[in-house]
Order: sequence, then C-alpha cells, then structure tokens
Amino acid sequence: MRFLSWASRLLMVALTLTLPALAQSANAQQGDLLIRGGTVLTVTHGEIQNGSVLIHNGKIAAVGRNVAAPAGATVIDATGKYVMPGVIDCHSHLALDSDVNEATSPITPSMMMIDAFQNTDKGLYQALAGGVTTLLLLHGSANMIGGQAVVIKNKFGLSRADMLFPNAPRSIKFASGENPKRVYGSRNQLPSTRMGNFEVQREALLQAKEYMRTWDEYNAKVQKGDKDAKMPRHDLKLEALADVLRGKLYVQIHCYRADEFLNEIAMAHEFGYHIRAFHHALEAYKVADKIAAEGIAVATWPDWWGFKVEAWDAQPWNAVMCMRHGIRVALKSDSNDLVRRLNQDAGKVIHYGGATREEALKMITLNPAWIIGVDDRVGSLDVGKDGDVSIWNSDPLSSYAKVDKTIIDGVVYFDSSLPGYGLTKWKDAPMSQGDFEGSDDEDGVGEVQQ
Amino acid sequence: MKISPEAAKLRSREANTSPEAAKPRSCGAQTDRLMGSFNLGTRFLLFIALFFASTLLLAQSSRGKTKILTARVESPGPIAIRGAKLLTITHGVIENGVLVMENGKITAIGGAGTAIPRGAQVIDASGMTVYPGLIDSETNLGLTEIEAVRASNDIVEPTEEIFPNMHVFDAFHAETERIPVTRFNGVTNAIVAPGSADSIPGQDIFIQLAGKDRDEMVMLRDNALPLNMNGSQRRRGGRGIEGAHFPSTRMGVAEQVRQAFLDAQDYEARQQAAAKSGKGEPFKRDLKMEALLPYLHGQRPVVIGAEEPTDLETAMSIAHEFNLKVILNHVTHAQEILDEVASWHVPVVFGPIYDFPKPNERYDAVYSMPAELAKRGVKLAFASYRVENNRNLPYEAGYAVAFGLPYDDALKSVTLNAAEIWGVADKLGSLDVGKLGNVVIANGDPLDVKTTVKQVFIDGREIPMENRQTRLRDQYGGVPPEPAPAH
Repeated sequence: MRFLSWASRLLMVALTLTLPALAQSANAQQGDLLIRGGTVLTVTHGEIQNGSVLIHNGKIAAVGRNVAAPAGATVIDATGKYVMPGVIDCHSHLALDSDVNEATSPITPSMMMIDAFQNTDKGLYQALAGGVTTLLLLHGSANMIGGQAVVIKNKFGLSRADMLFPNAPRSIKFASGENPKRVYGSRNQLPSTRMGNFEVQREALLQAKEYMRTWDEYNAKVQKGDKDAKMPRHDLKLEALADVLRGKLYVQIHCYRADEFLNEIAMAHEFGYHIRAFHHALEAYKVADKIAAEGIAVATWPDWWGFKVEAWDAQPWNAVMCMRHGIRVALKSDSNDLVRRLNQDAGKVIHYGGATREEALKMITLNPAWIIGVDDRVGSLDVGKDGDVSIWNSDPLSSYAKVDKTIIDGVVYFDSSLPGYGLTKWKDAPMSQGDFEGSDDEDGVGEVQQ
Repeated sequence: MKISPEAAKLRSREANTSPEAAKPRSCGAQTDRLMGSFNLGTRFLLFIALFFASTLLLAQSSRGKTKILTARVESPGPIAIRGAKLLTITHGVIENGVLVMENGKITAIGGAGTAIPRGAQVIDASGMTVYPGLIDSETNLGLTEIEAVRASNDIVEPTEEIFPNMHVFDAFHAETERIPVTRFNGVTNAIVAPGSADSIPGQDIFIQLAGKDRDEMVMLRDNALPLNMNGSQRRRGGRGIEGAHFPSTRMGVAEQVRQAFLDAQDYEARQQAAAKSGKGEPFKRDLKMEALLPYLHGQRPVVIGAEEPTDLETAMSIAHEFNLKVILNHVTHAQEILDEVASWHVPVVFGPIYDFPKPNERYDAVYSMPAELAKRGVKLAFASYRVENNRNLPYEAGYAVAFGLPYDDALKSVTLNAAEIWGVADKLGSLDVGKLGNVVIANGDPLDVKTTVKQVFIDGREIPMENRQTRLRDQYGGVPPEPAPAH
C-alpha cells in the first residue's frame, strides 16, 4: 500500500512535470547533499545522535533525526562519525606569501590583504584537512594600524575570486604593545614605547577626523553651488581611517595586556568607533567585566604563554573566565600550525575551566563567525545557513579526531579517503610552493611573532 | 593554607589501624571527587627535633596527631590511592585498584583487596585514572624563561659547532616557573637538551620535575650527547658565498664531526700512552676530547637529530664508523626510508608530530609517521621540544593515535619506552613495585585534551597543584560559576 501510494505519487509527478520542472529537478540533484547517521553537533541546539544534515543548493535545508533523502541526492553515510559546522579561524596570516606586514610605517590602513592573497598556498590545504572552512586573513601586528583583512571560504583548488567570502564585512587590524614598539624602536623611529604607540594611533585618527571635516566642508560648498570650491585630495589612507570612524570597518585589535585593553577602549570612546574583538588577549581575564561591558569579543589561544614578556601573565583558564563574564570568546590560530587542529584547542577549554561541549565548539565556529561578522551565514548547523560542514572520524573535542570530509556550500572539497592529497578540486599537479616552511611566522615581525 | 580548586575538591583521612579500618569516608560516587590531603608535606613543617644527634623527629600534624618519623623530614608516610583505574603499562589495566607508595617508591599495586599499610594516608580516587608520570624526551626546561628575553636564555653556545664540553647541568635553572606549569599536566620527568644550532652542542640532563633544588631534580647528568645534522648547522656565512666559513655545507659538518671523534680516539691513545710511560709528565687535559670518550666507548647514547633521509643516513654512517650507541631524534621526514630506519634497530624520539609536511606531501605525511614506525617495530618516544607548552606532551602521543598508532603504543611512548630509552626503566615508566612514586591521578584518559590532572606525585610526594598560572587565575577571582552566558 505504502509502495503504491509512493509509486502513484511519483507517476503523478512525472505526468505533470513540464520541461522547466525537469530542469529544476536536475539542479536539485546537483545541489542536494544528505549527510546521515552521524552524531550531529549543531552548536546552537545540542547534539543529535544518529542525525542528518541536508544541504540543498549549498544551504542547509534540514537538520534532525528524520530527514529524508530527496530523489537523486548525494548521500554521505556518517554512521559512527561526528558532523559539525566547518571550523572558522578568525585570526590567520595564511596564504599571504609572507606579505603579512607593510612594516614601513606604523599606520598603513589602506593595505588590502586581498592584494596579497595567494589562493594556491598549501597551508590552506592543510587547514582544510583540519576542517577549516572560513578564515579571516589579517595584516600583521607590526603596525599600530595595519591593513584591511580579507575573508575567504577555503574552497581550495578554486580560483582566487571564487574563494572570497561573498559580501563579508570589512575588518581592519590594529595592534599594540611589544611588536610595533620593537619594529620601529629597533630602527630608532617612533614608536619605541607604548606611549609612542598610542600617540601614533591617536594622531592618525585625528588626521582622519580632519580629513572628514575637509570633505564635509567641500561637499557642503558644492551643494550650495560654490563653483570655486577646491576638491580635497582622495587619500586612501585617510579614507580607510575615516571608514573606521564611520563604523564601516570592524576593528580587530592585537592586544595582550590589561592596561592596553583599557587604553584601546578609551581611544575608541574618544573617537567614536567600536572595537569588534581583542585578539590574543592573554590578560583579558584581568579586566573581563570591562571588556564584557563594551560588547567586545575576545579571540585567544587556550594555552599559549610565556613566549614574550606581554604573554607572561597568560593562564589557560582565561578563555572560560572571559566567557563566564559574558564575553564572546573565540579560539583562533594565528599560526599555520595550530590552524590544522583548532578542534583540539576547543577540547582544552573543557579541561581548563569546564566549558560545556557546546560552549567549546562555539569558540571555533559561531563565535569566530561573529567576530568576522558572518555569524548569520556560517558557524552552526541551522537551516538557512551555508552548507559548511566538517565530518570527523571521532569526537572532534578530543586528541583522537581526524577529518573525514570538509564540505563548503554543499560541495566536498576534502575527502581523506581519496588517494593523493584527498582534494576534489585541486588539479593533479603536485604542490610546489617550496618556500613554505610553515614556521610560526605569523606576524612576520622578528623572532617573536605573535 | 591555600588550596587550589582541584585540591579543594579532595578530602582525606589517615588510616590509623588495620587495612580494613583504612577505608576512607565515603564521598559518594561522583567521578569528579577525589580524596586526598594535598599538603601533607607542609603539615610536617611543624616538627620539633627531640635530640640534636638523633634522626628521630617528632612531627605535629595539623590535626594534632603526633608521629615519630624515622625517615627524612620530606618523606611522607605511606600513601594509598584506591578505587581508581590503574594504567600499569607493564601489566595491563587494573579497575578499582590500589596503589601504595612509601619512602618515595611504589610498594604495592593490585586489585581492590590489596593491603593498605597501617597509618597510610588514603586517597579515594574512584572514577579517576592513575598512571605513571609522563616522560618528555626533549625539552629546554630551565634553559630559558621567556624566549624573547635574551637574558633569560641559556639554550645553546653558538660560537663553535663541536661543543661536547658544554653541560646543560651548568645552566639548568631549577626554579623556572615553567616546571610547575609543565608538571601540572602530569609530566614528571624530562630530558633537558641544548639547542640544535651546533652539531654537537653539549650534554643533556634527565630531570625530575620536582625537588627542593637543582641537585634534587637532576637524576642523570651528562647522560646523552646530541648530534645534530639537519642542515641548519652549516651556518658559517652561508653556502659557497664569499666570506663563508667552514663548515658551510653538509660535507663540512660531517667532516668536522668525524674529525672530532677521530681526535678523541687519538687523544685517548696519547692519554693511555702517557699513563704507561711512567715518566710522570703531566698530561695536558682537553675537556672537549674528554667529553667525547664515554660516547666513543658506547657507554652513553648519542642522540642524532635529523629529519631527512640523507641526513639520517649520513649521521648513521658516522655512528657506525665509531660504534656509537644511537637514539634517533625527530625523523619527521623519513617517509621514504622507513624500513631502513627500522633496520638500524635504534629507538626514535619522534617529532614534533606537528612538523609540516614537505611542500608536495599529503597533509598527514608527518602525523602518520609514528604509526608507520611502530608497525615496523621501532621503539618510539615523544618530546614536546618547544618550551612554552611542554605541558602538551601527552597530546602529541594522542594525535599519533588519531593517525593510526595503537593506543597502548602511544601511552608507552611517553612512559615506559622513554624510561627504557634513557636508561631509567628500573625507576620510572610504569606502575610497578620498586619504581619511584611518580604517579598521576587524572579525571580521564591521559592523552586526551579534555582530561584534567587532579594530583601529581613525584618521589612519592604530593606536589602542590598550583603554579604561577593558578595563582593568577585565583588572584582574579577564578573561573566564575555558571550561569552560562548568552553566547
């Protein structure tokens, strides 16, 4: 009976379908991917045993225990495996061919990281094999105000343009502390102290204000019909800073010390912009209430410490202490090495401070997505979000997990069961980026990088 | 008395009569609760010497009980851990087992019925996992505090390539803040080695990660000689560039090492001849040559640090020429010569497992190496190397499991294998009677990132579960309790 009704429905559908509809079903066939039978870690609504995720035309169409496979859907059997959103790294300097720092001036807001983005960097492949689907590629920390970031989807093997995260918000990198003062101080230039650091930053923001005023005056004159109004110069650097003041750029600040968080917050108040996140933030626990009150997120490591003086007061309970004070916390890599196993870093916040599994997972998915400004599109397994999924052979919140498949917009880009690199979109050619040593050369500003 | 949150969860009582009476007060079946007094040692601080010449001491515990101690002041009485899952390493897993330590050593281990001696402090470790202290086969603990601060670095003496007469022992800073942070995760022993900028940068030490001073912490002095040949020692001004100094190539590095061992052989011959001649002329000692002799005699191991097949083969050929006893170190890019490495029948300290694959290699080319080596019968150990996170040693072994290394092999690699490789298996590496009381209590699998270590014992003594980082945590209010935040 059941079969009959199913068959008759099929017959009816077949009879009533017109050609365009047939074309549509062909599309659906292309676009439907069902991952079924795994432990689904949704990040926003718990863990589903023996659950399924359906991706239709690149978007998540269903998540749950009983999800039927549409006709023609590609089915991935995830029995015994773990299914979670793609991992998101909101602090990376991968794929920039070492062009991380334009360390020729402490204020370089018009540097566009997209201009250095090298989509064939094999570090991206290694990150993909660690389940990473979205990255924020940032300028380094040599400058108080560095360049503007690029957000990518890790569709390794596709063209440069195809790897850009469509319509992602713009972010700009600020820095503070040891790196700027060392880089310029070692050349006997300003800044060589934290006083100099903040003075340089304040001066630049003042210039931007002046620039905006000059343009406002000019525009007002033009509007009044003043033909003699002299057009000010279009200045990329000041235009970028003006966008900071206009709130058009998310401000991502490399910052370690408690006093510097307070300075940066005061500076933001003084000039009227918002800080999206403090990165590294190893002393955030000392002023967590104040950071929380500002709505500023923290992007940190769970257990890095002591590699330089401003990292000496790090302690591994920082992430959970901040979270319990109400701060959005992300765990980020800032490292071509760590980006390959951010899942283990998430496991560590269960160890240090007793985060719940969901809280731990959020720190490498939804929270970094918020810092980048794409949390409405990625970072959890929710209907309507992008079909960015990582499938693991074992609990990702453990030492023992490795990635089976990494899926972006419903397309498998990495499959560990494939021979060779395990890549689906990479041309067969061997990778050849010989110079990639993969050192922790993140910020690229001397012997201590982070 | 300040007690860390971990320790605060713990309760204890002393057993005062028979094994039967040694039953601890029940604290329920909660797995996260563990009983024990964690500052017993400090309670003995209030001791009074009755007789100046006597070793008999009257100790007053904080509970007001009086005890006569005949042992050293630092030695606690017997400690018994019961109720835990014991990972013995040598004889399997004992569920609900008992482990007793006394006078610094393990004195009994077995099932629930194992006798607990009179007067033992009993720790109820129900739901916990107990395992031998982990051994890190290369660190530079005590040779640097903050890498970026030059004044705190004593890692390597870079003015010559051949420096066997440099002794880590002479620089080891026992009071480094890094040791309490490292042992907090269950690492109780480590090799401290000089940096690898020189082909022969000096001699190692093997340490306990606790002790009141340097001498108490150093278990083995000058126990091994690193021999680094990975291409980065050819540093004299670059290869073939004008102004380059010898050695600027791999040939140069190898030649220099060979010459050093030849010179040492000649030196020894002259030394013996001088001794025989009986003329009584003073023999001019050469510290560098002297330092090489125990290694030429095969009394102590040379630790060959190399990653690539070429470098490994070159270094091994030198080792064979001089009959050196070899431990291999790194070996992260030897995928092409796995069988050959196995045929050398030498142990391998592998890693870091996080070494990047070569540009044209699959992402897991290094991750899968420990499994491949173990499959070929190679005895493996792991090392943390990088100084700021030595505490993450167990996760390297765990990650190798993700890529095919059998779990038991992984656990052995940071316990018994390491003890055997460094010649201390009579004292360390497993839970066996007679071995040192280097024992860890944790709330789960030692190799998993989620696991929290609850208590570490070194030399049978409870180590305070605090360090600079716990103090900072507590100073700023500790981890606030739930409720969970909005995001």
